[in-house]
Amino acid sequence: MQLYGTDISSRLLLGTAQYPSPAVLRAAIEASRAEVITLSLRRETVGGSGAGFWEFLKDSDCRILPNTAGCHSVQEAVVTAQMARELFGTDWIKLEVIGNSNTLQPDVFGLVEAARILCADGFKVFPYTTDDLVVGEKLLEAGCGLLMPWGAPIGSGQGLRNPDALRAMRAHFPDIPLIVDAGIGRPSDATRAMELGLDAVLLNTAVAKAGDPALMAQAMVQAIEAGWNGYIADPMDPRDMAVPSTPTLGMAELI
Amino acid sequence: MITIAGAGLAGLATAYELAKRGASVTIFEKARKPGENSVARFAGGMLAPYCERESAEEDVVRLGNQAADWWSQITSVTFRGTLVVAPPRDQAELTRFARRTSHFMEVDGHAISELEPVLTGRFKRGLYFAEEAHLDPRQALDALVTAVQSLGVEICFGISAPARVDLNCTATAASLPNLRAVRGEMAILHCPEVQLSRVVRLLHPRMPLYLVPRADGLFMIGGTMVESNSGSPPTLRSLTEMMSAAYAIHPVFAEASVVEIGAGLRPAFPDNLPRLIEHDGSLHLNGLYRHGFLLAPALAQQAAQHLLSEACI
Repeated sequence: MQLYGTDISSRLLLGTAQYPSPAVLRAAIEASRAEVITLSLRRETVGGSGAGFWEFLKDSDCRILPNTAGCHSVQEAVVTAQMARELFGTDWIKLEVIGNSNTLQPDVFGLVEAARILCADGFKVFPYTTDDLVVGEKLLEAGCGLLMPWGAPIGSGQGLRNPDALRAMRAHFPDIPLIVDAGIGRPSDATRAMELGLDAVLLNTAVAKAGDPALMAQAMVQAIEAGWNGYIADPMDPRDMAVPSTPTLGMAELI
Repeated sequence: MITIAGAGLAGLATAYELAKRGASVTIFEKARKPGENSVARFAGGMLAPYCERESAEEDVVRLGNQAADWWSQITSVTFRGTLVVAPPRDQAELTRFARRTSHFMEVDGHAISELEPVLTGRFKRGLYFAEEAHLDPRQALDALVTAVQSLGVEICFGISAPARVDLNCTATAASLPNLRAVRGEMAILHCPEVQLSRVVRLLHPRMPLYLVPRADGLFMIGGTMVESNSGSPPTLRSLTEMMSAAYAIHPVFAEASVVEIGAGLRPAFPDNLPRLIEHDGSLHLNGLYRHGFLLAPALAQQAAQHLLSEACI
């Protein structure tokens, strides 16, 4: 899979928040075999210097995708993205502009506006969006090279609330990388997303809040591989009637 | 004589354990007054090993379950347990918390109102950890200073420690490999209208809060965990979230006076467990993270045994 011209072989992108400890986080990253990890940036982080947690993540071999989690306005998201570029030396940014603090729904109007500003400024924007096709088109017009539709609200673990919309997105944007971002709760949710033909899954809470995060990370990556392989293997279509799975011709005649 | 750098929780508790075993101890403390430099003064003072197990390793329970008894030799400890509740829409958090912890009773609305009459009608379900306790951190630090001094420990306030000491307990000021700071923010509210006798924890996916009752109608609220070494005052967002969580526990907190706000930096190792380690010729006790009052007694005992067994050789 290519994201902004970079070859990424792991289809699981992992968030780094809410783990019981950095040691558990590291074990989960290793078990997930993720190549891209997301990282949220807060002002407190920048206020301090060389905070251990960020040093710790910089030490991992993963590519860091900073995010603008918790930003509620275009300006806030743009400033956070600029700080992240300085701090982590990357032009990749996961863009979140939150419209409602209870549902953490993206504010799609603010999102498109912020994406336009950041793309013009040379950022490679990973927009956290809804499954709305028109918003997707506007984000691509703004300069985004991929889309990250939600499966369900962030941290809710509800799985794919609207698989039909995701299938429609796949059909509508056949050549654009689509990453399900948010809402995955169980490995089967991730499999389902991949079976719909989406390119990758980004998740955090499902692993971080599991009783054994490293084991859940491993389960997730296996589920994602299974779903993807199932998709490219071109699965059979369901039928109403049975079809015998053993040959019926040339049966032995029992006289 | 045994020398210790830092008269915070770890340094004082170890000095206490050493002095009790007959050792002569000197502590060097950069601050001029007891507790001035110690992150422990921002602590909640919860002695809650079972609740902490929700996100901490089993070691925290093993090392922490004697802490309340240890502290009760030194200062007043309130043995009233912990009540864990969640807003109606976040019941899944309560179910998850119950799955990860032990030593609690499930309580219904009626039982909650018997435990804390002021919460009558506010929560239909909760978890009651009867064996847990809490203390007042500043009172406890002062009492510990008095206790060690009466055992003959000399504390040199306003004096930096020499380059080499027997035990270094300087928390985030120590430059140890893999030691990081985790910022926590707190506020102290004055709300005499609310009578609570035990720690109340409100589970919330975004802003879990603990509310610790103190004497004279005061309450400490806290709960933020920020991966940062910035010691600047609390942010408006953190305060807003904490205060609205307090309001969710009881609307009367809307009328509370905010007496104090503060932020502290907790020292932590990657697994968030404390350690005794040798580094640059000194023994270090560090990494107490958010478990200072809970784990300092057990770690102090280990440190004292280690230092005295070395002294014998």
